[in-house]
Amino acid sequence: MTGTTVAPSAVLKPDAVRRSRLADPAVGIWLAAAAVIVLGWIVVALAGGQLLTRTNITIILSNSVALGLVAVGQSLVILTGSLDLSVAYLISLGTLVAAETMASGSVLTAVVAVLAMSAAAGLANGLIVTGLKVNAFIATLGTAFILRGWIEDNYTGPAGKVSASFQHLGYDRIGPIPVSIFLLAAVAAVLWFITRRTRLGHHMYATGGDEHAARLSGVRTRRTVVIAHVLCSLCVGAAALFLAARLGSGAPWAGTEARYDLDSIAAVVLGGTALAGGRGGVLGTLGGVLLLAVLDSVFNQLSIDPFFKNVVRGVVIIAAVALYARRGSRRTA
Amino acid sequence: MTTLLSMQHVSKSFLGVSVLHDVSLDLEAGEIHALVGENGAGKSTLMKVAAGEHIPDAGTIHLDGTAHRFTHPSQAQAAGVGIIHQEFALLGHRTVAENVFLGREPTRRGLVDRRAMEERTAQLLAELGETAITPRMYVRDLSVARMQTVEIVKALASDVRVLVMDEPTAPLAEHEAGLLHDLVRRLAGRGLGILYISHRLREVFDLSRRITVLKDGRHVTTLLTEQTDTNAVVRAMVGRELSAYYPQRARPEEIGDVRLAVRGGGNGRLSGIDIELRAGEITGIGGLQGSGRTSLARALFGDAPFTEGTMTVANHTLRPTSPRQAIRAGIALVTEDRKAEGLALRQSVRDNALLVTRAIPARGRRSAAGSIGQLLERVRLHARSGDQQVQFLSGGNQQKVVIAKWLAARPRVLLFDEPTRGVDVGAKAAVHTLVRELAREGLAVLIISSELPELIGMSDRILVMADGRIVGELPAGAGEEDIMRLATASADREAVA
Repeated sequence: MTGTTVAPSAVLKPDAVRRSRLADPAVGIWLAAAAVIVLGWIVVALAGGQLLTRTNITIILSNSVALGLVAVGQSLVILTGSLDLSVAYLISLGTLVAAETMASGSVLTAVVAVLAMSAAAGLANGLIVTGLKVNAFIATLGTAFILRGWIEDNYTGPAGKVSASFQHLGYDRIGPIPVSIFLLAAVAAVLWFITRRTRLGHHMYATGGDEHAARLSGVRTRRTVVIAHVLCSLCVGAAALFLAARLGSGAPWAGTEARYDLDSIAAVVLGGTALAGGRGGVLGTLGGVLLLAVLDSVFNQLSIDPFFKNVVRGVVIIAAVALYARRGSRRTA
Repeated sequence: MTTLLSMQHVSKSFLGVSVLHDVSLDLEAGEIHALVGENGAGKSTLMKVAAGEHIPDAGTIHLDGTAHRFTHPSQAQAAGVGIIHQEFALLGHRTVAENVFLGREPTRRGLVDRRAMEERTAQLLAELGETAITPRMYVRDLSVARMQTVEIVKALASDVRVLVMDEPTAPLAEHEAGLLHDLVRRLAGRGLGILYISHRLREVFDLSRRITVLKDGRHVTTLLTEQTDTNAVVRAMVGRELSAYYPQRARPEEIGDVRLAVRGGGNGRLSGIDIELRAGEITGIGGLQGSGRTSLARALFGDAPFTEGTMTVANHTLRPTSPRQAIRAGIALVTEDRKAEGLALRQSVRDNALLVTRAIPARGRRSAAGSIGQLLERVRLHARSGDQQVQFLSGGNQQKVVIAKWLAARPRVLLFDEPTRGVDVGAKAAVHTLVRELAREGLAVLIISSELPELIGMSDRILVMADGRIVGELPAGAGEEDIMRLATASADREAVA
């Protein structure tokens, strides 16, 4: 095709508008967390306190570990278009299994036992969702009831004893940094790697984005969902081990008192992962966890009453999701 | 030529209902083989069997002489059969490259090799001469025609030798369809076998070497395209001669008062819209995809309202800012996407027909539930009963339910966006007759259509749109060239500027 002049570049310009990186929720949530830190620091300073003391940083970080571990696992499941409401009871059971095993056996056996039990629970969740085709909300609510029944029937209070050597995980720190944060960092890094760099990760996004389309493209969608559930439960197992190290024994309320089920979902959604799946990621979730932890710390410093504290959390979550929804619709308008 | 794909004696039934019965079909390398038949004839099911989405109850599939039994789409893909569905299997929130390699991501040391993925995608796009798409674009930002190109690239990336295309031109405007035809011919020229499902017989005759006709899940005949003609194919499809005539146009005395008028209407997509819709008249809107036809319908219907100009409905000034207001004023819109916007697919015929009247009960109107039976008769609906779920109806009957839904609200102005999209040949004529009858009863009707014969055949006058404006008006019976000239004139101007 010689002789024709080259079309003007305006015609060839892609119809995709380059979106600013700020529009990416994963970036936005970290900026929001940074803003909350600055604002919190100012507010606390005005009240005569100091937000960023060494001890306070340690508290914020170690408070983030358990929720962080659960939330990054939850991100995977939600990305894949599923959901896990059984995480809180699985944590409780995990701490009990860890403490009881350590009371009579070695630390290694306990770790293996907790992770194996978690994987089994995740496998069960995954198979119920994919095999029996039960909606994830109901399926995991069901397993949550089963776990709760088991726990309440067998335990009335703290049980078992965590080895002194294992408690280092809960309390040791390097400078102001608790060592447990490295556990969270490692788990998050592995999950980030899986979601961004492996085929499994791509298939998770695809399955969550449009399960039918993914299946038609040759993705084994059921297997993907099952694996996401197993990985999530392994993260929950890790959280249980951390909490056991913190508590020194197993506790039936370890997971439920802090509401890890709903809080983890809140952190995931706050971090920009679509509840319907297919969009978002682990990094955003970590930002969500940090934001919630800083918010908590600020409120504790100001000794604000718990009711108001929860109101603010609720408003923050709703505002964040409303913001994401706005962004999503502007594109199509 | 060598036989690439051979399907022999394939049968398939769902829940005891036989959908395919002893159907055989073969495809040669480099051949475009068209598959035609009314909706529900079993075309899509047969193709899904070929692509591994359905497991046949009986029959064999051979690829290059090797027998295959596919139980998952990925197996068919690996064997070299790719399919492009009517509904795209694309993820809007992922990039073009990620979509193209979905399920087959290339890896390097166990990790997804993004660079290889993007390079290969760019290469395939370049081979197809598609310069406007880049591998890193998000699919949600592409036009429908480009999404389809991505689907084709996706199939080519897995080295398919058989490509199944299920009504690929249905969502495309005429000039985009032309580009797609060129592409399909080039693919066949490379030795791919192409199975091409279409309702548009003209393109079937333009493209194919052979035509296979299915009816009621059975193989009727396979014809060499050059040895047959449209009449013979239509006869085979419907089992009777189909009159190619559209219902008679309105006589001048049948055209009454202005029911809806817009002066200087505009919004983000439209500008300077002047339009009058009269009782008894069918006004056609022509134009290319993206020329603002659908935006106009949505503005009149208050969905994406006008932000400037005046609008009068039955001599009252009213610029609806929501569909609810528009419906109250007597405006109805039959949208182009029936499944997503027109019907609640899992609900019954009756519930769907009552959707509008239940939402907006009008004063002085007696309970619509009683008269709904009459309405369904009025639109000549073929359904087992009013309790049947609309998802099990054919496209034509679904469209009749949508029309019944609006008639129940007693509109003054009926807007149709692609009135017969996805409707088979037999039911098309029924929809056309119905629309004309409604006009004759005094409704003001507006029809948007990408099918020029339909637009010309149905309209009493035609307005042509381009770039969000009405660029010309043509009288009844204008030629296809006249419409295309007006529709493309401004686009050319744009390209030069």
